Amino acid sequence: MIEVKNLHKSFGDAHILKGISATFHKGKTNLIIGQSGSGKSVFLKCLLGLYDYEQGRIEYDGEVFSNLSEDKKRDMRAKIGMVFQGSALFDSLTIEENVMFPLRMFTKLKKDEMRDRANIVLKRVNLEDAHNKMPSEASGGMQKRVAIARAIVNNPKYLFCDEPNSGLDPKTAIVIDNLIHEITEENNITTVINTHDMNSVMEIGDNIMFLRNGLKAWEGSKDTIFKTDNEVVTDFVYSSNLFKKVREAILREHS
Amino acid sequence: MQYLHNIGTYFLMIIELFRKPTKWSVMKELILKDIDDLIIGSIGIVAFIAFFVGGVVTIQTALNIDNPLIPKELIGFATRQSILLEFAPTFMSIIMAGKVGSFITSSIGTMRVTEQIDALEVMGINSLNYLVFPKLVAMAFYPFVISIAMFLGVIGGLMACIYGGYASADDFITGIQQEFEPFHIVYAFIKTFLFAFVLATIPSYHGYYMKGGALEVGEASTTSFVWTSVAIIIINYLATQLLLS
Ligand SMILES: Nc1ncnc2c1ncn2[C@@H]1O[C@H](COP(=O)(O)OP(=O)(O)O)[C@@H](O)[C@H]1O
Ligand SMILES: [Mg+2]
Repeated sequence: MIEVKNLHKSFGDAHILKGISATFHKGKTNLIIGQSGSGKSVFLKCLLGLYDYEQGRIEYDGEVFSNLSEDKKRDMRAKIGMVFQGSALFDSLTIEENVMFPLRMFTKLKKDEMRDRANIVLKRVNLEDAHNKMPSEASGGMQKRVAIARAIVNNPKYLFCDEPNSGLDPKTAIVIDNLIHEITEENNITTVINTHDMNSVMEIGDNIMFLRNGLKAWEGSKDTIFKTDNEVVTDFVYSSNLFKKVREAILREHS
Repeated sequence: MQYLHNIGTYFLMIIELFRKPTKWSVMKELILKDIDDLIIGSIGIVAFIAFFVGGVVTIQTALNIDNPLIPKELIGFATRQSILLEFAPTFMSIIMAGKVGSFITSSIGTMRVTEQIDALEVMGINSLNYLVFPKLVAMAFYPFVISIAMFLGVIGGLMACIYGGYASADDFITGIQQEFEPFHIVYAFIKTFLFAFVLATIPSYHGYYMKGGALEVGEASTTSFVWTSVAIIIINYLATQLLLS
Protein backbone atom coordinates (compact mmCIF):
# COMPACT_ATOMS: atom_id res chain seq x y z
CA MET A 1 0.00 0.00 0.00
CA ILE A 2 1.18 3.48 -0.82
CA GLU A 3 -0.22 6.51 0.97
CA VAL A 4 0.22 10.04 -0.27
CA LYS A 5 -0.69 12.97 1.92
CA ASN A 6 -1.08 16.55 0.75
CA LEU A 7 1.54 16.46 -2.00
CA HIS A 8 2.62 19.82 -3.44
CA LYS A 9 4.99 20.21 -6.36
CA SER A 10 6.00 23.29 -8.37
CA PHE A 11 8.41 24.04 -11.17
CA GLY A 12 9.39 27.65 -10.62
CA ASP A 13 6.13 29.59 -10.62
CA ALA A 14 4.09 26.75 -12.07
CA HIS A 15 2.24 25.00 -9.27
CA ILE A 16 1.64 21.55 -10.81
CA LEU A 17 0.39 19.49 -7.85
CA LYS A 18 -1.65 21.46 -5.34
CA GLY A 19 -2.12 19.12 -2.40
CA ILE A 20 -2.95 15.60 -3.46
CA SER A 21 -3.83 12.82 -1.05
CA ALA A 22 -4.40 9.28 -2.19
CA THR A 23 -4.19 5.66 -1.12
CA PHE A 24 -3.06 2.95 -3.53
CA HIS A 25 -3.94 -0.58 -2.53
CA LYS A 26 -2.06 -3.85 -2.73
CA GLY A 27 -3.06 -6.36 -5.38
CA LYS A 28 -5.04 -3.71 -7.23
CA THR A 29 -4.41 -1.71 -10.39
CA ASN A 30 -4.72 1.89 -9.24
CA LEU A 31 -5.31 4.24 -12.16
CA ILE A 32 -4.53 7.92 -12.35
CA ILE A 33 -6.46 9.52 -15.17
CA GLY A 34 -6.54 13.06 -16.48
CA GLN A 35 -5.82 15.12 -19.55
CA SER A 36 -2.36 15.47 -21.01
CA GLY A 37 -0.46 18.01 -18.96
CA SER A 38 -2.57 17.48 -15.84
CA GLY A 39 0.50 16.36 -13.90
CA LYS A 40 0.19 12.57 -13.94
CA SER A 41 3.84 11.98 -14.84
CA VAL A 42 5.03 14.56 -12.35
CA PHE A 43 2.96 12.86 -9.66
CA LEU A 44 4.47 9.47 -10.50
CA LYS A 45 8.00 10.86 -10.52
CA CYS A 46 7.39 12.34 -7.06
CA LEU A 47 6.26 8.92 -5.84
CA LEU A 48 9.41 7.37 -7.29
CA GLY A 49 11.67 9.92 -5.66
CA LEU A 50 12.87 11.25 -9.02
CA TYR A 51 11.51 14.69 -8.16
CA ASP A 52 11.72 16.53 -4.86
CA TYR A 53 8.49 18.08 -3.67
CA GLU A 54 7.85 21.12 -1.49
CA GLN A 55 5.29 19.64 0.83
CA GLY A 56 3.63 16.35 1.60
CA ARG A 57 4.38 12.84 2.72
CA ILE A 58 4.69 9.60 0.78
CA GLU A 59 4.57 6.30 2.67
CA TYR A 60 5.39 2.89 1.24
CA ASP A 61 3.72 0.45 3.63
CA GLY A 62 4.33 2.86 6.47
CA GLU A 63 7.90 3.79 5.48
CA VAL A 64 8.53 7.40 4.52
CA PHE A 65 10.79 7.13 1.49
CA SER A 66 12.49 10.51 1.79
CA ASN A 67 13.47 9.83 5.42
CA LEU A 68 15.28 6.57 4.72
CA SER A 69 19.05 6.20 4.84
CA GLU A 70 20.89 5.68 1.54
CA ASP A 71 21.12 1.92 2.15
CA LYS A 72 17.44 1.61 3.00
CA LYS A 73 16.55 3.70 -0.04
CA ARG A 74 18.49 1.27 -2.17
CA ASP A 75 16.66 -1.69 -0.62
CA MET A 76 13.40 0.10 -1.29
CA ARG A 77 14.30 0.84 -4.91
CA ALA A 78 15.02 -2.84 -5.45
CA LYS A 79 11.33 -3.43 -4.65
CA ILE A 80 10.10 -0.89 -7.20
CA GLY A 81 9.44 -1.59 -10.86
CA MET A 82 8.76 1.17 -13.36
CA VAL A 83 7.45 1.06 -16.92
CA PHE A 84 8.21 4.36 -18.65
CA GLN A 85 6.01 5.99 -21.24
CA GLY A 86 8.50 5.36 -24.05
CA SER A 87 9.64 2.03 -22.54
CA ALA A 88 13.10 3.51 -21.82
CA LEU A 89 14.90 0.29 -22.72
CA PHE A 90 18.69 0.59 -22.71
CA ASP A 91 19.39 0.63 -26.40
CA SER A 92 22.95 -0.64 -26.17
CA LEU A 93 21.78 -3.85 -24.46
CA THR A 94 19.90 -6.80 -25.93
CA ILE A 95 16.36 -7.51 -24.80
CA GLU A 96 17.58 -10.25 -22.48
CA GLU A 97 20.29 -8.01 -21.02
CA ASN A 98 17.70 -5.31 -20.44
CA VAL A 99 15.58 -7.71 -18.43
CA MET A 100 18.62 -8.98 -16.51
CA PHE A 101 19.72 -5.45 -15.66
CA PRO A 102 17.86 -5.03 -12.33
CA LEU A 103 19.11 -8.46 -11.25
CA ARG A 104 22.70 -7.42 -11.97
CA MET A 105 22.19 -4.25 -9.98
CA PHE A 106 20.31 -5.61 -7.00
CA THR A 107 21.15 -9.29 -6.59
CA LYS A 108 24.21 -11.50 -6.25
CA LEU A 109 22.84 -14.17 -8.60
CA LYS A 110 25.18 -15.93 -11.01
CA LYS A 111 24.91 -15.05 -14.67
CA ASP A 112 23.14 -18.31 -15.52
CA GLU A 113 20.63 -17.85 -12.75
CA MET A 114 19.94 -14.31 -13.95
CA ARG A 115 19.49 -15.53 -17.49
CA ASP A 116 17.07 -18.25 -16.34
CA ARG A 117 15.06 -15.77 -14.34
CA ALA A 118 14.99 -13.31 -17.26
CA ASN A 119 13.76 -16.02 -19.59
CA ILE A 120 10.97 -17.04 -17.25
CA VAL A 121 9.77 -13.45 -17.16
CA LEU A 122 10.14 -13.00 -20.92
CA LYS A 123 7.97 -16.08 -21.35
CA ARG A 124 5.46 -14.52 -19.00
CA VAL A 125 5.11 -11.56 -21.37
CA ASN A 126 5.06 -13.84 -24.44
CA LEU A 127 8.49 -12.91 -25.73
CA GLU A 128 10.40 -16.17 -25.47
CA ASP A 129 11.93 -15.82 -28.94
CA ALA A 130 13.18 -12.29 -28.72
CA HIS A 131 15.97 -12.30 -26.14
CA ASN A 132 18.89 -11.71 -28.48
CA LYS A 133 17.27 -8.89 -30.39
CA MET A 134 18.21 -5.28 -29.79
CA PRO A 135 15.39 -2.99 -28.59
CA SER A 136 15.53 -1.07 -31.88
CA GLU A 137 14.60 -4.26 -33.71
CA ALA A 138 11.43 -4.75 -31.65
CA SER A 139 8.01 -3.25 -32.33
CA GLY A 140 6.43 -0.75 -29.94
CA GLY A 141 4.24 -3.42 -28.37
CA MET A 142 7.22 -5.73 -27.90
CA GLN A 143 9.26 -2.94 -26.34
CA LYS A 144 6.45 -2.29 -23.86
CA ARG A 145 6.38 -5.96 -22.93
CA VAL A 146 10.15 -5.98 -22.46
CA ALA A 147 9.79 -2.91 -20.26
CA ILE A 148 7.18 -4.75 -18.19
CA ALA A 149 9.45 -7.79 -17.98
CA ARG A 150 12.32 -5.60 -16.80
CA ALA A 151 10.05 -3.96 -14.23
CA ILE A 152 8.83 -7.23 -12.71
CA VAL A 153 11.94 -9.42 -13.01
CA ASN A 154 13.10 -8.72 -9.47
CA ASN A 155 9.64 -9.43 -7.96
CA PRO A 156 8.76 -5.86 -7.07
CA LYS A 157 6.24 -4.98 -4.38
CA TYR A 158 5.39 -1.75 -6.18
CA LEU A 159 4.86 -1.31 -9.90
CA PHE A 160 4.49 2.04 -11.67
CA CYS A 161 3.45 2.44 -15.28
CA ASP A 162 3.35 5.75 -17.14
CA GLU A 163 0.84 5.44 -19.97
CA PRO A 164 1.78 1.81 -20.64
CA ASN A 165 -0.35 1.56 -23.76
CA SER A 166 0.10 4.95 -25.37
CA GLY A 167 1.06 4.61 -29.02
CA LEU A 168 -0.16 1.02 -29.27
CA ASP A 169 -3.01 -0.31 -31.36
CA PRO A 170 -6.21 -1.05 -29.37
CA LYS A 171 -5.71 -4.78 -29.36
CA THR A 172 -2.11 -4.74 -28.17
CA ALA A 173 -3.11 -2.07 -25.65
CA ILE A 174 -5.66 -4.39 -24.08
CA VAL A 175 -3.15 -7.25 -23.99
CA ILE A 176 -0.69 -5.01 -22.13
CA ASP A 177 -3.38 -3.79 -19.72
CA ASN A 178 -4.51 -7.30 -18.91
CA LEU A 179 -0.94 -8.46 -18.49
CA ILE A 180 -0.29 -5.76 -15.91
CA HIS A 181 -3.56 -6.57 -14.19
CA GLU A 182 -2.81 -10.29 -13.96
CA ILE A 183 0.72 -9.77 -12.69
CA THR A 184 -0.60 -7.36 -10.08
CA GLU A 185 -3.09 -9.89 -8.76
CA GLU A 186 -0.76 -12.89 -9.02
CA ASN A 187 2.03 -11.27 -7.04
CA ASN A 188 -0.06 -9.00 -4.84
CA ILE A 189 1.73 -5.89 -6.12
CA THR A 190 0.72 -2.31 -5.42
CA THR A 191 0.38 -1.03 -8.97
CA VAL A 192 -0.09 2.60 -10.00
CA ILE A 193 -0.84 3.36 -13.66
CA ASN A 194 -1.07 6.71 -15.44
CA THR A 195 -3.42 6.71 -18.37
CA HIS A 196 -5.77 8.82 -20.41
CA ASP A 197 -7.15 5.80 -22.21
CA MET A 198 -10.80 5.03 -21.47
CA ASN A 199 -10.36 1.44 -22.58
CA SER A 200 -7.89 0.90 -19.75
CA VAL A 201 -10.33 2.48 -17.36
CA MET A 202 -13.03 0.02 -18.44
CA GLU A 203 -10.71 -2.99 -18.39
CA ILE A 204 -8.57 -2.63 -15.31
CA GLY A 205 -9.81 0.35 -13.27
CA ASP A 206 -9.86 -1.23 -9.79
CA ASN A 207 -9.30 2.18 -8.25
CA ILE A 208 -9.37 5.39 -10.22
CA MET A 209 -8.18 8.84 -9.28
CA PHE A 210 -9.04 11.73 -11.59
CA LEU A 211 -6.48 14.51 -11.68
CA ARG A 212 -7.43 18.00 -12.82
CA ASN A 213 -5.76 21.39 -12.37
CA GLY A 214 -3.33 19.89 -9.88
CA LEU A 215 -6.07 18.51 -7.63
CA LYS A 216 -7.84 15.23 -7.16
CA ALA A 217 -11.18 15.96 -8.79
CA TRP A 218 -12.78 12.57 -8.30
CA GLU A 219 -12.08 9.08 -7.01
CA GLY A 220 -13.82 5.77 -7.66
CA SER A 221 -13.59 2.62 -9.77
CA LYS A 222 -14.59 1.35 -13.20
CA ASP A 223 -17.96 0.40 -11.71
CA THR A 224 -18.73 3.87 -10.40
CA ILE A 225 -17.18 6.08 -13.08
CA PHE A 226 -20.12 5.59 -15.44
CA LYS A 227 -22.65 6.46 -12.82
CA THR A 228 -21.11 9.59 -11.43
CA ASP A 229 -22.75 12.96 -11.88
CA ASN A 230 -19.48 14.79 -11.34
CA GLU A 231 -19.36 17.06 -14.34
CA VAL A 232 -15.61 17.30 -14.80
CA VAL A 233 -15.40 13.51 -14.86
CA THR A 234 -18.26 13.04 -17.28
CA ASP A 235 -16.81 15.79 -19.42
CA PHE A 236 -13.52 13.86 -19.65
CA VAL A 237 -14.98 10.38 -19.94
CA TYR A 238 -17.65 11.20 -22.49
CA SER A 239 -15.55 13.27 -24.81
CA SER A 240 -15.99 10.40 -27.27
CA ASN A 241 -19.34 9.44 -28.79
CA LEU A 242 -18.75 5.78 -28.14
CA PHE A 243 -18.61 6.29 -24.40
CA LYS A 244 -21.65 8.57 -24.47
CA LYS A 245 -23.55 5.61 -25.88
CA VAL A 246 -22.04 3.24 -23.33
CA ARG A 247 -23.21 5.51 -20.54
CA GLU A 248 -26.72 5.73 -21.93
CA ALA A 249 -26.87 1.94 -22.16
CA ILE A 250 -25.63 1.50 -18.61
CA LEU A 251 -28.07 4.04 -17.22
CA ARG A 252 -30.92 2.42 -19.15
CA GLU A 253 -29.98 -0.96 -17.70
CA HIS A 254 -30.06 0.44 -14.20
CA SER A 255 -33.39 2.23 -14.46
CA MET B 1 24.71 34.86 -15.86
CA GLN B 2 23.56 31.76 -17.71
CA TYR B 3 27.21 31.03 -18.61
CA LEU B 4 28.26 31.13 -14.96
CA HIS B 5 25.39 28.84 -14.07
CA ASN B 6 26.38 26.37 -16.79
CA ILE B 7 30.03 26.40 -15.76
CA GLY B 8 28.96 25.80 -12.15
CA THR B 9 26.77 22.88 -13.20
CA TYR B 10 29.67 21.46 -15.21
CA PHE B 11 32.00 21.42 -12.22
CA LEU B 12 29.30 19.98 -9.94
CA MET B 13 28.81 17.26 -12.54
CA ILE B 14 32.49 16.39 -12.34
CA ILE B 15 32.30 16.00 -8.56
CA GLU B 16 29.06 14.03 -8.77
CA LEU B 17 30.38 11.55 -11.31
CA PHE B 18 32.84 10.17 -8.75
CA ARG B 19 30.18 9.60 -6.07
CA LYS B 20 28.20 6.42 -5.42
CA PRO B 21 30.18 4.24 -7.83
CA THR B 22 28.45 1.57 -9.89
CA LYS B 23 29.12 -2.11 -9.13
CA TRP B 24 32.56 -3.02 -10.50
CA SER B 25 31.30 -6.03 -12.47
CA VAL B 26 29.00 -3.72 -14.42
CA MET B 27 31.44 -0.80 -14.62
CA LYS B 28 34.15 -3.04 -16.07
CA GLU B 29 31.96 -3.85 -19.08
CA LEU B 30 30.99 -0.21 -19.55
CA ILE B 31 34.64 0.82 -19.60
CA LEU B 32 35.54 -1.87 -22.13
CA LYS B 33 32.65 -0.81 -24.34
CA ASP B 34 33.71 2.84 -24.20
CA ILE B 35 37.33 1.96 -24.95
CA ASP B 36 36.02 0.15 -27.99
CA ASP B 37 33.74 3.00 -29.10
CA LEU B 38 35.92 5.99 -28.27
CA ILE B 39 39.50 4.74 -28.62
CA ILE B 40 39.61 1.72 -30.92
CA GLY B 41 36.87 3.21 -33.07
CA SER B 42 38.90 6.39 -33.61
CA ILE B 43 42.20 4.84 -34.60
CA GLY B 44 41.28 4.34 -38.26
CA ILE B 45 40.32 7.92 -39.02
CA VAL B 46 43.16 9.30 -36.89
CA ALA B 47 45.71 7.15 -38.74
CA PHE B 48 44.34 8.20 -42.11
CA ILE B 49 44.32 11.92 -41.35
CA ALA B 50 47.70 11.87 -39.60
CA PHE B 51 49.45 10.09 -42.44
CA PHE B 52 48.24 12.40 -45.18
CA VAL B 53 48.44 15.65 -43.28
CA GLY B 54 51.96 14.65 -42.23
CA GLY B 55 52.73 14.35 -45.93
CA VAL B 56 51.24 17.75 -46.67
CA VAL B 57 53.21 19.42 -43.88
CA THR B 58 56.42 18.03 -45.39
CA ILE B 59 55.56 19.14 -48.92
CA GLN B 60 54.66 22.64 -47.75
CA THR B 61 57.88 22.93 -45.77
CA ALA B 62 59.97 21.63 -48.66
CA LEU B 63 58.37 24.03 -51.13
CA ASN B 64 59.05 26.97 -48.83
CA ILE B 65 62.76 26.32 -48.46
CA ASP B 66 64.17 26.42 -51.93
CA ASN B 67 67.23 28.32 -50.77
CA PRO B 68 70.20 25.97 -51.43
CA LEU B 69 71.99 27.33 -48.34
CA ILE B 70 69.37 25.86 -46.01
CA PRO B 71 70.17 22.24 -45.23
CA LYS B 72 67.70 19.62 -46.42
CA GLU B 73 67.49 18.14 -42.90
CA LEU B 74 65.34 21.10 -41.98
CA ILE B 75 62.40 19.48 -43.77
CA GLY B 76 62.43 16.52 -41.37
CA PHE B 77 63.05 18.76 -38.38
CA ALA B 78 60.18 21.13 -39.18
CA THR B 79 57.80 18.26 -39.90
CA ARG B 80 58.63 16.63 -36.58
CA GLN B 81 58.20 19.84 -34.62
CA SER B 82 54.86 20.79 -36.11
CA ILE B 83 53.42 17.29 -35.84
CA LEU B 84 54.58 16.54 -32.30
CA LEU B 85 53.82 19.92 -30.81
CA GLU B 86 50.60 21.03 -32.46
CA PHE B 87 49.24 18.90 -35.23
CA ALA B 88 48.91 15.56 -33.41
CA PRO B 89 47.76 16.74 -29.98
CA THR B 90 45.76 19.87 -30.79
CA PHE B 91 44.34 19.57 -34.27
CA MET B 92 43.63 15.88 -33.86
CA SER B 93 41.70 16.73 -30.70
CA ILE B 94 39.56 19.23 -32.57
CA ILE B 95 38.74 16.49 -35.05
CA MET B 96 37.98 14.18 -32.14
CA ALA B 97 35.66 16.84 -30.70
CA GLY B 98 33.64 16.23 -33.83
CA LYS B 99 33.87 12.47 -33.85
CA VAL B 100 34.04 11.34 -30.21
CA GLY B 101 32.34 14.46 -28.85
CA SER B 102 29.20 14.32 -30.93
CA PHE B 103 29.00 10.57 -30.37
CA ILE B 104 29.05 11.11 -26.60
CA THR B 105 26.57 13.99 -26.66
CA SER B 106 24.10 12.25 -28.92
CA SER B 107 24.25 8.92 -27.11
CA ILE B 108 23.80 10.45 -23.65
CA GLY B 109 21.28 12.98 -25.00
CA THR B 110 19.20 10.21 -26.54
CA MET B 111 19.22 8.41 -23.20
CA ARG B 112 17.99 11.62 -21.57
CA VAL B 113 15.09 12.23 -23.94
CA THR B 114 13.98 8.59 -23.98
CA GLU B 115 13.94 8.47 -20.15
CA GLN B 116 16.73 5.87 -19.99
CA ILE B 117 18.51 8.13 -17.50
CA ASP B 118 15.35 8.23 -15.36
CA ALA B 119 15.22 4.44 -15.57
CA LEU B 120 18.75 4.29 -14.13
CA GLU B 121 17.89 6.76 -11.38
CA VAL B 122 14.77 4.78 -10.40
CA MET B 123 17.03 1.83 -9.78
CA GLY B 124 19.12 3.98 -7.47
CA ILE B 125 22.05 4.15 -9.87
CA ASN B 126 24.12 7.32 -9.99
CA SER B 127 23.54 7.90 -13.69
CA LEU B 128 26.43 10.37 -13.98
CA ASN B 129 28.83 7.80 -12.62
CA TYR B 130 27.29 5.09 -14.78
CA LEU B 131 27.49 7.13 -18.00
CA VAL B 132 30.39 9.55 -17.70
CA PHE B 133 32.94 7.78 -15.49
CA PRO B 134 33.60 4.94 -17.97
CA LYS B 135 34.11 7.51 -20.74
CA LEU B 136 36.62 9.34 -18.60
CA VAL B 137 38.51 6.12 -17.90
CA ALA B 138 38.39 5.12 -21.57
CA MET B 139 39.78 8.52 -22.58
CA ALA B 140 42.79 7.90 -20.34
CA PHE B 141 43.93 5.79 -23.31
CA TYR B 142 43.61 8.79 -25.62
CA PRO B 143 47.36 9.57 -25.52
CA PHE B 144 47.80 6.20 -27.18
CA VAL B 145 45.73 7.45 -30.14
CA ILE B 146 47.77 10.64 -30.28
CA SER B 147 51.02 8.65 -30.23
CA ILE B 148 49.80 6.82 -33.30
CA ALA B 149 49.01 10.16 -34.91
CA MET B 150 52.51 11.43 -34.12
CA PHE B 151 54.18 8.34 -35.49
CA LEU B 152 52.11 8.11 -38.66
CA GLY B 153 52.31 11.85 -39.23
CA VAL B 154 56.10 11.66 -39.34
CA ILE B 155 56.00 8.49 -41.49
CA GLY B 156 53.60 10.25 -43.87
CA GLY B 157 56.07 13.12 -44.04
CA LEU B 158 58.91 10.76 -44.80
CA MET B 159 56.95 9.09 -47.59
CA ALA B 160 55.96 12.38 -49.16
CA CYS B 161 59.54 13.56 -48.95
CA ILE B 162 60.92 10.49 -50.70
CA TYR B 163 58.23 10.20 -53.36
CA GLY B 164 58.19 13.91 -54.05
CA GLY B 165 61.98 13.92 -54.32
CA TYR B 166 62.39 16.87 -51.92
CA ALA B 167 65.21 15.29 -49.93
CA SER B 168 66.75 11.90 -49.36
CA ALA B 169 65.42 9.57 -46.68
CA ASP B 170 68.71 9.99 -44.82
CA ASP B 171 68.40 13.78 -44.74
CA PHE B 172 64.84 13.56 -43.50
CA ILE B 173 65.67 11.05 -40.76
CA THR B 174 68.65 13.09 -39.64
CA GLY B 175 66.32 16.09 -39.47
CA ILE B 176 63.86 14.19 -37.32
CA GLN B 177 66.59 13.45 -34.78
CA GLN B 178 67.99 16.97 -34.68
CA GLU B 179 67.84 19.06 -31.49
CA PHE B 180 65.47 16.68 -29.86
CA GLU B 181 64.04 18.09 -26.63
CA PRO B 182 62.44 15.50 -24.36
CA PHE B 183 60.41 18.18 -22.62
CA HIS B 184 58.53 18.81 -25.85
CA ILE B 185 57.14 15.30 -25.58
CA VAL B 186 56.15 15.93 -21.97
CA TYR B 187 54.46 19.15 -23.02
CA ALA B 188 52.58 17.40 -25.84
CA PHE B 189 51.32 14.67 -23.56
CA ILE B 190 50.29 17.02 -20.75
CA LYS B 191 48.17 18.79 -23.35
CA THR B 192 46.84 15.47 -24.61
CA PHE B 193 45.69 14.44 -21.14
CA LEU B 194 43.94 17.77 -20.61
CA PHE B 195 42.24 17.43 -24.00
CA ALA B 196 41.18 13.88 -23.16
CA PHE B 197 39.48 15.15 -20.00
CA VAL B 198 37.73 17.89 -21.96
CA LEU B 199 36.70 15.47 -24.73
CA ALA B 200 35.07 13.13 -22.21
CA THR B 201 33.36 15.67 -19.97
CA ILE B 202 32.13 18.63 -22.04
CA PRO B 203 30.17 16.48 -24.54
CA SER B 204 28.79 14.43 -21.62
CA TYR B 205 27.61 17.63 -19.97
CA HIS B 206 25.80 18.74 -23.12
CA GLY B 207 24.10 15.38 -23.49
CA TYR B 208 23.21 14.86 -19.85
CA TYR B 209 21.63 18.23 -19.18
CA MET B 210 19.79 18.63 -22.48
CA LYS B 211 16.03 19.05 -22.66
CA GLY B 212 13.60 18.30 -25.46
CA GLY B 213 13.46 15.63 -28.14
CA ALA B 214 15.32 14.17 -31.11
CA LEU B 215 15.78 17.55 -32.79
CA GLU B 216 17.39 18.98 -29.67
CA VAL B 217 19.80 16.03 -29.53
CA GLY B 218 21.18 17.21 -32.88
CA GLU B 219 21.42 20.79 -31.67
CA ALA B 220 23.13 19.68 -28.47
CA SER B 221 25.76 17.79 -30.51
CA THR B 222 26.55 20.92 -32.51
CA THR B 223 26.75 23.11 -29.42
CA SER B 224 28.89 20.51 -27.75
CA PHE B 225 31.33 20.48 -30.68
CA VAL B 226 31.65 24.27 -30.57
CA TRP B 227 32.33 24.43 -26.82
CA THR B 228 34.67 21.46 -26.78
CA SER B 229 36.73 23.06 -29.58
CA VAL B 230 36.78 26.41 -27.80
CA ALA B 231 37.94 24.74 -24.59
CA ILE B 232 40.70 22.87 -26.45
CA ILE B 233 41.95 26.04 -28.13
CA ILE B 234 42.00 27.99 -24.86
CA ILE B 235 43.69 25.18 -22.93
CA ASN B 236 46.23 24.86 -25.74
CA TYR B 237 47.07 28.54 -25.48
CA LEU B 238 47.35 28.49 -21.69
CA ALA B 239 49.39 25.27 -21.60
CA THR B 240 51.81 26.57 -24.22
CA GLN B 241 52.21 29.86 -22.39
CA LEU B 242 52.77 28.14 -19.05
CA LEU B 243 54.94 25.22 -20.13
CA LEU B 244 57.07 26.47 -23.00
CA SER B 245 57.69 30.17 -22.56
N1 LIG C 1 10.86 18.94 -15.53
C1 LIG C 1 9.88 19.85 -15.69
N2 LIG C 1 10.14 21.16 -15.62
C2 LIG C 1 9.18 22.09 -15.76
N3 LIG C 1 7.88 21.81 -15.99
C3 LIG C 1 7.53 20.52 -16.07
C4 LIG C 1 8.51 19.46 -15.93
N4 LIG C 1 7.88 18.28 -16.06
C5 LIG C 1 6.58 18.58 -16.27
N5 LIG C 1 6.36 19.91 -16.27
C6 LIG C 1 5.06 20.57 -16.46
O1 LIG C 1 4.13 19.97 -15.58
C7 LIG C 1 2.87 19.84 -16.20
C8 LIG C 1 2.38 18.42 -16.08
O2 LIG C 1 3.17 17.59 -16.89
P1 LIG C 1 3.02 16.01 -16.91
O3 LIG C 1 3.03 15.50 -15.52
O4 LIG C 1 4.05 15.50 -17.84
O5 LIG C 1 1.58 15.80 -17.56
P2 LIG C 1 0.85 14.45 -17.94
O6 LIG C 1 -0.39 14.40 -17.11
O7 LIG C 1 0.53 14.54 -19.39
O8 LIG C 1 1.78 13.33 -17.63
C9 LIG C 1 3.02 20.30 -17.62
O9 LIG C 1 2.49 21.61 -17.71
C10 LIG C 1 4.51 20.31 -17.85
O10 LIG C 1 4.87 21.34 -18.72
MG1 LIG D 1 2.74 11.98 -18.87
